[in-house]
Amino acid sequence: MYFVKSLFITFFQELEAPMDLSRIRNFSIIAHIDHGKSTLADRLLEETGALSDREKTNQFLDKLDLERERGITIKAQAVRLKYCADDGKDYILNLIDTPGHVDFSYEVSRSLSACEGGLLVVDASQGVEAQTLANVYLAIDQNLEVFPVLNKIDLPGAEPQRVKQEIEEIIGLDTVDAVEASAKEGIGIHEILEAIVAKIPPPIGDSEAPLKALIFDSWYDSYQGVIVLVRIVEGTLRKGEKIKLMANNRSYEVIKIGAFTPHPVELDCLAAGEVGFLIAGIKVVQDAKVGDTVTHLHRTADRPLPGFKEVKPMVFSGLYPIDSGDYDALRDAMEKLRLNDYSFTFEPENSLALGFGFRCGFLGLLHMEIIQERLEREFNVDLITTAPTVSYRVTNVKGQELIVDSANKLPEVQFIEEIREPYILASIHVPDAFVGPVLSLCTEKRGVQREIKYLTANRVMVVYELPLNEIVLDFFDRLKSISRGYASLDYEFIDYRPSQLVRLNVLINGEVVDALSLIVHRDKAQFRGRELVAKMKEFIPRQQFEVAIQAAIGNKVVARVNVKALRKDVTAKCYGGDISRKRKLLEKQKEGKKRMKQVGNIELPQEAFLAILKVKEN
Amino acid sequence: MFDSLATAASLYLHIPFCLSKCPYCDFFSRIASPEQRDGYVEMLGRHLLFLYRSGVMNHALETVFFGGGTPSLLRPKQVAFLLELLNNTVGLAENAEISLEANPGTVDLHRLRGYRRAGVNRLSIGVQTLQDEALRQLGRGHNRRQSEQAFEWAREAGFDNLSGDLMFGLAGQNLDQLLQDLQGLLRLQPDHLSCYGLTVESGTPFARRQRRGQLALPGEELFRTFYLAIHEQLTGAGFEHYEISNYARPGRVCRHNLAYWQRRSCHGVGAGAHIFCASGYGLRRSVPADLRRYRRFLQQGRDPAVTLDTFDRREAMAETLYLGLRCRQGVCEDHFRARFGVGVAGAFPEALNRCGERLKKQQGCWRFDLEGWLLYDHFILNFL
Repeated sequence: MYFVKSLFITFFQELEAPMDLSRIRNFSIIAHIDHGKSTLADRLLEETGALSDREKTNQFLDKLDLERERGITIKAQAVRLKYCADDGKDYILNLIDTPGHVDFSYEVSRSLSACEGGLLVVDASQGVEAQTLANVYLAIDQNLEVFPVLNKIDLPGAEPQRVKQEIEEIIGLDTVDAVEASAKEGIGIHEILEAIVAKIPPPIGDSEAPLKALIFDSWYDSYQGVIVLVRIVEGTLRKGEKIKLMANNRSYEVIKIGAFTPHPVELDCLAAGEVGFLIAGIKVVQDAKVGDTVTHLHRTADRPLPGFKEVKPMVFSGLYPIDSGDYDALRDAMEKLRLNDYSFTFEPENSLALGFGFRCGFLGLLHMEIIQERLEREFNVDLITTAPTVSYRVTNVKGQELIVDSANKLPEVQFIEEIREPYILASIHVPDAFVGPVLSLCTEKRGVQREIKYLTANRVMVVYELPLNEIVLDFFDRLKSISRGYASLDYEFIDYRPSQLVRLNVLINGEVVDALSLIVHRDKAQFRGRELVAKMKEFIPRQQFEVAIQAAIGNKVVARVNVKALRKDVTAKCYGGDISRKRKLLEKQKEGKKRMKQVGNIELPQEAFLAILKVKEN
Repeated sequence: MFDSLATAASLYLHIPFCLSKCPYCDFFSRIASPEQRDGYVEMLGRHLLFLYRSGVMNHALETVFFGGGTPSLLRPKQVAFLLELLNNTVGLAENAEISLEANPGTVDLHRLRGYRRAGVNRLSIGVQTLQDEALRQLGRGHNRRQSEQAFEWAREAGFDNLSGDLMFGLAGQNLDQLLQDLQGLLRLQPDHLSCYGLTVESGTPFARRQRRGQLALPGEELFRTFYLAIHEQLTGAGFEHYEISNYARPGRVCRHNLAYWQRRSCHGVGAGAHIFCASGYGLRRSVPADLRRYRRFLQQGRDPAVTLDTFDRREAMAETLYLGLRCRQGVCEDHFRARFGVGVAGAFPEALNRCGERLKKQQGCWRFDLEGWLLYDHFILNFL
């Protein structure tokens, strides 16, 4: 995956004198998706001469195809830039990139912990978003110096004055010296670099003290073993030294240390305040846990740095190979992905309908989509994904507590004493014109209102307690559509609460298809059942026979639709010129059928399994 | 690359001209003046000579097909010129099948005599329907009387191999109307009938009408009824249902079209013509439907055809079935095995399984039944 990172170019360079701390700046860019973070990062790389002309492709730091296509950053990166400032002095600027989506907010806090400051990049027409706010608060909580940059200043809709006022009113940051920039047009880039030097404090730390280096990212490289990104907090790390990882007390010898410029460059030492990588023959990523502290084997630090909270998957779904022969390949692929993404979990699961597959845990829906796409693209396994669910706590009549992350693990109703479901605290930022629809959406989703607050004259923050179960369905899409894309959402887990939940089964031609079962709130079961089968009818291709789709709660059928039998499907003319063209039309149709799974005697497309996500409520 | 075409004994000539464009048709054709048509025929001559001189076409032709467009817009002299050219160069096999598509509104006895004298021995007459109102809806420039007249004149001109085109599944059509069409056609004593269910092709005026809800075509049930009724009527009248949309009296199958379905080589000339070269696993080429480019290439002595499709073994096997199973004769297991080194069941076990009872091996050949043909696209998809 990290193809550039794995291309280690070793070259000799003159021994650099230990870096003067006053010449180092460690910073992050905090921005909402689409506000231009990656483009700005590229400009900073260009401006400081880190990229050759050939490398000036868009968004150099987004290494995964997926990252580039979706315009999001998933993994953190650390790049060392050399900058000669207007004061005539050379500075080392370490840019520590952060992901911009709520699913990956844990990575943000990791990245921030390696920095002394941050650039808050805000789209000059869009203004402050909920996600940005959450990340800014993370930065402020960690005592980072944050200064604002208004990006996309060249666009006709840019309103820098309004957005500055918003930043002052909502976040409380002084915007007098805010830089107005356009990363796309290269406007304001020099000013940003100067501001980084002038405003962000240099790191502090005693390079003579016992070594304390914080691991803020690590990944597996098939040539080098585990590559660890560290921020040296105290002491100095040199090549060839013996180190110890404080969490598991294992010791290693440092084979290489260095920094990404963005190309990997080997160095002889990293001293307090610096950011770089180390390679020490560590075999598995789990041994170099993010948040752990690296110290010297023989001059051990007295105690480790405070680490990070471990992230737990919030959303679960079944992943099944379409071709059951791909099961082993899928397991291998998942193991490889997990090497670099321990927030993704999986365990074997069987389904009567889908055969052997895996129950997987994700941070959120985007994370789920990304994992699924990577499995399909990078590992070439065609998959069926079942509807996402959350993890429930079920107490049975014997008083035992079960963790249920799949509708099929839910015991029969007579054995259930209580079911509890996860609740989250959702902060939604929305222009006041859309508050009404947002409130009714939250109410519809069983939300409990906590707060409504005007952040500025026309921006409102709505805070609700919501069942996560409702969020994983279609909340985010709905929120975007009712606010014409202006609402933004951030959330955090609160607790588990008792709830009236039931299992909704789907029967196809009279047989329960276990992979289609869902856990839903009792008050919504009937409605969801009706809408679900109606939606499924749209996705299930017609067969030579009629197909009955039913929704049932327990044994009670609450809805039924029929997919009519196919009665005619034939190309009348097929002569010289028709042969190629019509065959290609059929092949295209066939391509669409590739993601289908034979269940009994009918073929179900991927869409049928995720039909619940498309159910609209009134 | 062209060597194998040496054994090709079929030739298609595309005549891309019409008096008017029918709103359901997506074939390449233009409305052109007689002078433009003269110029085009000259280009066809050049194209044939090019193929002959470059050694590509060097085998006496078994079948020749003038298709379009409206080939009956060609004057008999023009047809004679092209056939003579063939006769004097590559040669026509003794019993060659020489077909020409004729639009009833464009022919008279004199013209048909001319075609016959030029060497054409099979006419395919575009009757479509015998209901005048329906013909107007289809935008056809002829009426029932002209269709009947065309058959009479053709017989009088000496043609003994006549085919008629019937279109069914027309807007508002009922079973009675279809049966009337069939009875009317049978009275004309055709040797061959092509019966096409109206298909709305994208990009045509019919497609736009359908999108706007202004074209109410029969539903699937009625379409089936029509298809089965045609089968019953025509087989009852002594025709063999030899391909999904084609019926013939014994010995009167269209040999030219059979070559397409059996994936045999076929030359093609004219802008918009298609070419198939059966050597190796096959190669499909086409002449782009661009009259100016066509002229320019031929004037420069260049081959105007471009490659459309190449095939590997798997694709060739799939296409062999995709085309062959359209025919009653089906795909012969021994031939298939001899050609590809594997039987149909060995190559496509899952696809065969999905076709179930609809596709069976009888007398050594894989064949769809009538029900299978009605869902042909649905089933054949499994092989592609």
